[in-house]
Amino acid sequence: MGTILVEEKDIVAPGETLAEGMDYIPGKGTFRDDDEIISKGLSLINIDGSVIKGIPMNGRYVPQEGDRVIGRVKDILMSGWKIDINSAYDSMLPLKDASHDYIEKGSDLTRYFDLGDYVAVKITSVSTQKIVDITAKGQGLQKLEGGRIIEVNPQKVPRIIGSRGSMISIIKKALDCNIFVGQNGYAWLNAEPENEVKAIQAIRRIEREAHTNGLTERISDMLDHDQGDES
Amino acid sequence: MNQSMKNHLKESLEQDVRVDGRTRHEHRDVDVETGVISTAEGSARVTAGDAELLAGVKIESREPYPDSPDEGSIMVNVELLSMSHKDFESGRPGIESIEPSRVIDRGLRESGAIDLKSLCIEEGETVLGISIDIVPLNYDGNIYGLGGLAALAAVKDLTMPAVDDNGNIDWDEEGDLDVDLAHDPLPVTVYKIDDLLLIDPTREEEQAADARLTVTTLDDERVCSLQKGGDAPISDDEFNEMIDLAFDTTESLRDNIDAI
Amino acid sequence: MTNSLRPDGRKPHEMRPIEADAGLIDQADGSARFKIGDTEAYASVYGPQELHPRHKQDPKQGKLRCEYNMLPFAGDGSRVRPGFSRRGEEISHVTTKALEPAVDLSEYPNAVVDVHIELTQTDAGSRCAGICAGSMALADAGIPMTDIVPAVSAGKIDDTIVVDLNGEEEHLGGNETPDLPVALIPRDETFSLMQLDGILTRDDLKECVETVKPALLDIAEKQQEALRSQYDTGVES
Repeated sequence: MGTILVEEKDIVAPGETLAEGMDYIPGKGTFRDDDEIISKGLSLINIDGSVIKGIPMNGRYVPQEGDRVIGRVKDILMSGWKIDINSAYDSMLPLKDASHDYIEKGSDLTRYFDLGDYVAVKITSVSTQKIVDITAKGQGLQKLEGGRIIEVNPQKVPRIIGSRGSMISIIKKALDCNIFVGQNGYAWLNAEPENEVKAIQAIRRIEREAHTNGLTERISDMLDHDQGDES
Repeated sequence: MNQSMKNHLKESLEQDVRVDGRTRHEHRDVDVETGVISTAEGSARVTAGDAELLAGVKIESREPYPDSPDEGSIMVNVELLSMSHKDFESGRPGIESIEPSRVIDRGLRESGAIDLKSLCIEEGETVLGISIDIVPLNYDGNIYGLGGLAALAAVKDLTMPAVDDNGNIDWDEEGDLDVDLAHDPLPVTVYKIDDLLLIDPTREEEQAADARLTVTTLDDERVCSLQKGGDAPISDDEFNEMIDLAFDTTESLRDNIDAI
Repeated sequence: MTNSLRPDGRKPHEMRPIEADAGLIDQADGSARFKIGDTEAYASVYGPQELHPRHKQDPKQGKLRCEYNMLPFAGDGSRVRPGFSRRGEEISHVTTKALEPAVDLSEYPNAVVDVHIELTQTDAGSRCAGICAGSMALADAGIPMTDIVPAVSAGKIDDTIVVDLNGEEEHLGGNETPDLPVALIPRDETFSLMQLDGILTRDDLKECVETVKPALLDIAEKQQEALRSQYDTGVES
């Protein structure tokens, strides 16, 4: 026997009891204490069959292999570039992964990426001690020129992007705005100033309302409404 | 912010578009609340957009400084709390805290707004010191302007505690001494990004700025304190423009002060 | 006391009015405010982030680092000089120890989670208010936590065990009222902070600890509610 005490999309605090009995399985963000399942943080409940998960409402980025992120060149070393990826852990871009050119050791690396440059990269490996390697070679990976960088809640990035990019595409199209959202909570935008501001407002709204239903429609309406004002 | 992003920011500012929808000469809506700290003799909370600051006034009784035996003192201290922004570290205050402390301090002092002789209990023996501490809780730029406003509001909120002839303070009793402000000195800082001027910057804008000029005004005519900051020098045309912009900005901010 | 009411009219086990909010400092990774009577604590969390100096890093898990500070205007008498104080150092340390058991930093090797606690005004119970705010701020920052951590003081006035001493009660009748600040890990029913100033018999001490538990559970509920309610957007969920 088991009783579940929460529903899908409930917001729960640490220490709250989510279920009683042995019927349910503690997924990520929860743990079992005797015959109870407890929340392990301030989270949004997701129930997948008999697995109860807690999706954190907040949290700084922890690097994961395969993630596409935006980083800032923090230091230039002999072996490559040290890149700040908005995390407790820096990442390393080795010479061989910076460009399709062959980069000779000892050459002027600032020709490729200079201090303060922002780059769209992909995480290739993360060790147990969280040593992170990245690559700038790949589809859509590049130095980001101009535009602006904003910080977004890394836990909301999936919602901002939408399934298969559906949400972010709405914003990109409506405002003719180039946008790259990194899994690490850095997002890069480039558009006409007024449209850029509107894009940022839309993204902020998605962050605030990420846990609610009907968000895609509200964002579409918000952008249609704005465009309506233009004409 | 690297150069290519700064250029992009500049394009935006040239079109008079800022991220929060303001124009370059527009100040955030300011809210000033006084009497917000139960343990302070005077206090104020200032919010502007996401920025939030507190200012608290404390009185102390001490011996006068040798060169001013019949005068009390004012001291302003800004502490950029590490809780308020990731850029601020704990430990010894750096120039980012010290410069606004001294600028706001001079604004209050040089204006002669407070008669320091009125803070004398017994010449050569006991005087009162007024300390104004300003702290951001959530930092989003413009410490000079918002901090100066908070300090002024807190001083206007000041109720002196009872002080006996020996200088002993009774914190629970209200005193007879009234600290009247002869003027309301208000600092406004005009920031320069390239050749564009803006006021009330957010943290991001403040960091992109090349220079700034803090102008502390007494009313709509007189200046009592100036401080130029930032790396880049300013031309005399820019200087004139900045002074005028500072006076324009103060006009609406004074409404917040007059309401106290 | 000639009747069972305290100087401010409260019953022995009654706490002062409590206000709790979370997520109010958007620059921080997590934040909270906890006010009990006239004592108000803000807490901001930054982290997990890089820990310097490197020799302090723990390769097995992240470190928790709490800093307690009273703002200069927060004392009930003269100004509190900013900067280092031995009292502040000790309170920072016991605060860290109070929060550690509830926090799981195993996913953050070599990193640090910083909790900055600032008291804007105090009327006794400041370290407890700081712990309450600190644990809420950690949860708000998305740090994995097995429980919330409430804290409050117990004491004895005349013959009566009381909960949540205020400033006036700390020095009633010219004597030092015994003051026992306590923090609780609710689910485990274990105490992560326990200090005593003043004199209590063994029996009184045990009674204080029993008496303060319901108050702590009450605070825990308020902390959890504050964390959840910041997301009431008024939009259908």
